[in-house]
Amino acid sequence: MGQRPIFDGAPTSTSRLWTSGLALIGGGALWLFAFLLLPMVVLAVLAFAQRDEYGEIIWVLTTDNIWRVLGHSSLGWTADNLRIIVRSVEVAGATTLMCLLIGLPLAFWMAGRPRHERALWMALIMVPTCINLVIRTYAWMLMFGNNLPPAWMAQWLGILLPGEGLYPSGFAVYIGMISCMLPFTVLPLYTSVERLDWNIVEAARDLYAGPWRTFRHGVLSQIMPGVVAAVVLTAVPSLGMYVVSDLLGGAKFMLIGNYMQVQMTGSSDPPMAAMVGLALIIVCLVGLAAMYRFGGKASGSPL
Amino acid sequence: MTAAPQPLDLSIVSVSKAFGSQKVLEGISVTIPDGQFTTLLGASGCGKTTLLRIIAGFEVPDSGSVHLGKQDLLALPSHKRPVNTVFQSYALFPHLRVYDNVAFGLRSRKVAEADVTRRVKEICEVLRLSEFTQRYPQQLSGGQRQRVALGRALINEPEVLLLDEPLSALDAALRHDVQVELKRIQRRYDITFILVTHDQDEAIAVSDRILVMNKGRIEQDGTPEQVYERPETRFVADFIGGANLIDAERLDGNRVRTKFGELPVSCTPTWVKGTVAIRPEDIEARTAAVPGGIPATVSERLFRGDHWELQVQAGGTTLRVVTDPDEVHQSGQAVWLELPLDDLLVLRD
Repeated sequence: MGQRPIFDGAPTSTSRLWTSGLALIGGGALWLFAFLLLPMVVLAVLAFAQRDEYGEIIWVLTTDNIWRVLGHSSLGWTADNLRIIVRSVEVAGATTLMCLLIGLPLAFWMAGRPRHERALWMALIMVPTCINLVIRTYAWMLMFGNNLPPAWMAQWLGILLPGEGLYPSGFAVYIGMISCMLPFTVLPLYTSVERLDWNIVEAARDLYAGPWRTFRHGVLSQIMPGVVAAVVLTAVPSLGMYVVSDLLGGAKFMLIGNYMQVQMTGSSDPPMAAMVGLALIIVCLVGLAAMYRFGGKASGSPL
Repeated sequence: MTAAPQPLDLSIVSVSKAFGSQKVLEGISVTIPDGQFTTLLGASGCGKTTLLRIIAGFEVPDSGSVHLGKQDLLALPSHKRPVNTVFQSYALFPHLRVYDNVAFGLRSRKVAEADVTRRVKEICEVLRLSEFTQRYPQQLSGGQRQRVALGRALINEPEVLLLDEPLSALDAALRHDVQVELKRIQRRYDITFILVTHDQDEAIAVSDRILVMNKGRIEQDGTPEQVYERPETRFVADFIGGANLIDAERLDGNRVRTKFGELPVSCTPTWVKGTVAIRPEDIEARTAAVPGGIPATVSERLFRGDHWELQVQAGGTTLRVVTDPDEVHQSGQAVWLELPLDDLLVLRD
């Protein structure tokens, strides 16, 4: 009763706690409000607006865009848009899976290097991200051109017809996506692999576990937080990716990101682009919710 | 598992191991009979944990052999050896409840779930874990975790149970309880226990046999009484019970010359120059001169509850002397030390 609050080992007053608390979180809160919350609200409202033939926005709210995203138009219903969404989820999922399959052994290999070497490998993994994604993607375009060794090899093997290049193709998109996302997979994986308690792995071996059971209970259970982080950091940007699929996939390989871009620039339809954006956010949130539910169960931490 | 009518002794022959240029084990040979509680006792870095890990299968020796009965253990991977380990850090699976931790080994070997349930229930009762089976390891106290680690290993009914400093993370009172508990469990299940520890009190309390290790070798092998009462080397005398080590030179007729003058010993030393030792509690400190008594001065005194520990200056060196709590000596006081003939130990080195 009438006790003075204590903060950081010293008595203080409620008003001073308020002042210092606001000073500490105020900047961040303001930032989030101005650059996350406000744009989200604008996006959400814009998604329900309309536009005239010249691309001017008409602020009369309608639910038409929802139906348009789902494939309805004045010409009837097509599955094209749903196909784009499904393909985007597929590409993001496959990219994430491939990144995990490549990243996990890589993380273990790096964690097994002598301590002074590990920083070097980490730097080598991160260095490509210093180069702009567009430039890196153009480099892949050159690599996959019809007059360079990778394409020759494919032609010689009979996979390609003479004179064809390896791009535009789904294959080129996947290579571009994986090379772009891999650093963001490896980083969280490596962090959790490095902290692995090998005693628990040995305990699993000691208790007669075969290779898979040892991996499941000795390794995976420990690195699950890292795997969840890696999946989120890889899958979410992959879902919204458009540069790679635009440059390496050609016109036939359209993802949500490309569709949004077409609505924005080609069709001058910002409300429709906003609705597609909203759809992307919803797909992401559903995925994340499922992920945390599943991930939390797999790592079994009691919450 | 095959029926084992004959006892399964663990025989270790000439096991050596080096990590890089550092030799950790130098030709260890020892046979541990079935059902014995054996302790590997030594300071950190003496190779005791490495020997344990070789038996468990987590390390491969550079040379030598390890057999359990007629079975060559080194030919088996760790997950196929009839050996289980209690880890120093317990290494419980953090994502599994106590029940599933304990059931892990049985499930690895695809034991029918009805049997698993029965055996987990049984062992949890023995280890008094029944009320915690649905908890996660991080919701348990140190002592409870320790019992889970023990139960998780014991439920597999291994031929040999390896314990790597299992009590080092517990506080003193709990450690005592667990020592009693370990002894009880070892009797009940009648399997070979090999305990690694650096705690001499613990080793003496629980073991049938102690192997004192130093620098990758076994310095002495004997019962707790033998190791304590009759240490053979300087290291053992110092490590167990902190005996006073006295440089000595052999004279004729079972006598040695030391800094305190000539002393009679009970046997003829094999060396010309070597060491004799005496335990602090075997030295008598008299306040009045006695015939044959060594004149000395008390330089420091520490009250230990059930005894006084004195630091005594004599012949230019310091000796540790332990006296009864009612024998009060003052710092600076002159005393005369008696070293009884029977308690003066002639060491090998």
